[in-house]
Amino acid sequence: MSQLERIKVMFGAAPQKPRIVKPEVKQVHSLKRMTKADFEALKQHAHDHQLVTHKWRNRRWAVLILANLLFTLSFWLDIQMLEGALTASRFVGFHLIDLNSALQVMLAHKHIIVNLFIGTATVFVLWAVLGGRSFCSWVCPYHLLAEWFEWLHLKLVSKKLVSDHEFHRGTRTVFWIVFALLAALSGYTVFETISPTGILSRALIYGPSLALGWVLLLLVFEVVYSRRAWCRYVCPIGLTYGMVGAISPVRVKYQLDKCFHEGDCRRVCLVPHVLDVVIKGRAADLSTPIGPDCTRCGLCVDVCPSGALVFEVKGLSKLL
Amino acid sequence: MNDQNTEEQAADAARVSPAAAVQGAVSKRARAPVRQQANRRKFIRSTVMIGGVLGLAMLGYIPVASARKSRLRPPGALEESDFLSSCIKCGQCVQVCPVAAIKLDDIDQGFGIGVPYIDARQQACDFSCDAVQCILACPTGSLTYRKPAAVETRPGMLLAQPPVLKAKENDPEPTLNLKERIGVARLARPEACLAVQGKGFSGQARGADFRGRLRYVAVDRWKPVRVREHPYQRDLCDLCVTECPIKEAIRMDESQAADGSKRYRPQVLEQCVGCGVCEMICPVAPAAIVVDHREPWRA
Repeated sequence: MSQLERIKVMFGAAPQKPRIVKPEVKQVHSLKRMTKADFEALKQHAHDHQLVTHKWRNRRWAVLILANLLFTLSFWLDIQMLEGALTASRFVGFHLIDLNSALQVMLAHKHIIVNLFIGTATVFVLWAVLGGRSFCSWVCPYHLLAEWFEWLHLKLVSKKLVSDHEFHRGTRTVFWIVFALLAALSGYTVFETISPTGILSRALIYGPSLALGWVLLLLVFEVVYSRRAWCRYVCPIGLTYGMVGAISPVRVKYQLDKCFHEGDCRRVCLVPHVLDVVIKGRAADLSTPIGPDCTRCGLCVDVCPSGALVFEVKGLSKLL
Repeated sequence: MNDQNTEEQAADAARVSPAAAVQGAVSKRARAPVRQQANRRKFIRSTVMIGGVLGLAMLGYIPVASARKSRLRPPGALEESDFLSSCIKCGQCVQVCPVAAIKLDDIDQGFGIGVPYIDARQQACDFSCDAVQCILACPTGSLTYRKPAAVETRPGMLLAQPPVLKAKENDPEPTLNLKERIGVARLARPEACLAVQGKGFSGQARGADFRGRLRYVAVDRWKPVRVREHPYQRDLCDLCVTECPIKEAIRMDESQAADGSKRYRPQVLEQCVGCGVCEMICPVAPAAIVVDHREPWRA
């Protein structure tokens, strides 16, 4: 799958089977087949010796909580480290402006001052380096809440009390376009009104608000009706950062030769379509970077028993 | 995930009808309608969700369009529609204000969610920061010293003279670096005004529970203190005049009544910036003097 195809998948297209598969890939597949008994034994061995770890999840939760705590403490203790909220802030004086909020304001107001531009450019470079949607899983407070409620959802699903209703992933692209148009045409930052990211961030810093009711409603919807619905099918912030992540060197890498094709990674993933490549016969190459819609949360890296999914920094791995 | 679900549904359908199960096992054609149905459901579900979320988001227009609460915006704010569109809802203005005069609106204000405002009666802007810190903090230019040419400005917003801060009066540069008003004070209930009644005032201006702060230069120029910690003793109530942070923005007019007795009345002057300190400090409830948001000064 080319990067262009991976971007298409991010916008909502269904992942396609590869047209051209490299001979070495065919070789790996046939090797896995030829030594079926050995392959099964290897699988068993990997599972027996699997280190059940939440390394990346724990690191990520720590970073997410610390980042949001820094906002709160900066204001409460007046230490002026990270002033503002997630929509726009100042880190020891440097402007940081959320890309989607900046886009909304620029389209609605149609006048860009220098500080707005500097803050937006800084954040663009920052997340282009750090992985784009890594904003979602490593910073966004709604992501963490939704992750906890997802656990409840899965619990209820396993007891057959609720089921996951999927939506078309293209809806998020529709939302992105419509919210951009609404901002430009109405002159109001319409999306900010319902953005749980902004609402939660402000509530954490400036105290509780009525708007938290809307966030709770979203969480209930996700528990009883559709798994991670906001992040998967609605949030234009995710798509904005996904686009930035398309050029990012930080990503998860899939190694075909180590994979047992059991699909544990797809079951824990927020965006399982990016892991389509782990399905038997979908990989076109021995090593495949996971697409830009990946939030770099590392749940798949943690869950994989054989280390077929790892974090990589493009270019850096070759250097080291 | 998609395939999984669709297949499950196909399997469910197959279980219902054994004939379909046989067919389903041998030909793909029999499964097609089930998959189509599932896809159609998903499409309808997705369309309904798009409509629902957008509908809810657009509800935010109602408070904006209808006769919603008029807000006193922080100093340097653009006109209301420009203000709502340019504000990025980050609250940096809230964080820098030394008297915590700035609050953020909630979702009941629709598109105004997260936008700053001042409730002058609870805590007015007394320019304790001297430099109008909220303007310096604003990253998007929603609050600015000078309005860009592209945005409209209302008549009567600009002051004739740069306002002189009483606290800075002896500084080399005594003026406030903002030459516009956010509103204008008005003696809304002269019948309630203690000065109009010829009465004095003694005690805590707003009672023992009031949390508002004010800068008293005589106490500490850089540290505003709570109003309740600064009781007054006046033979004629003139708190709105003496506590006004701007020079020559309000004065006590004295006149002779027909019976020869003196009559008093606070008079708002052209230099009033609409900061709301008079509204906050007014000891009668509700306040006799209030700030009209975004209004021009009238003689």
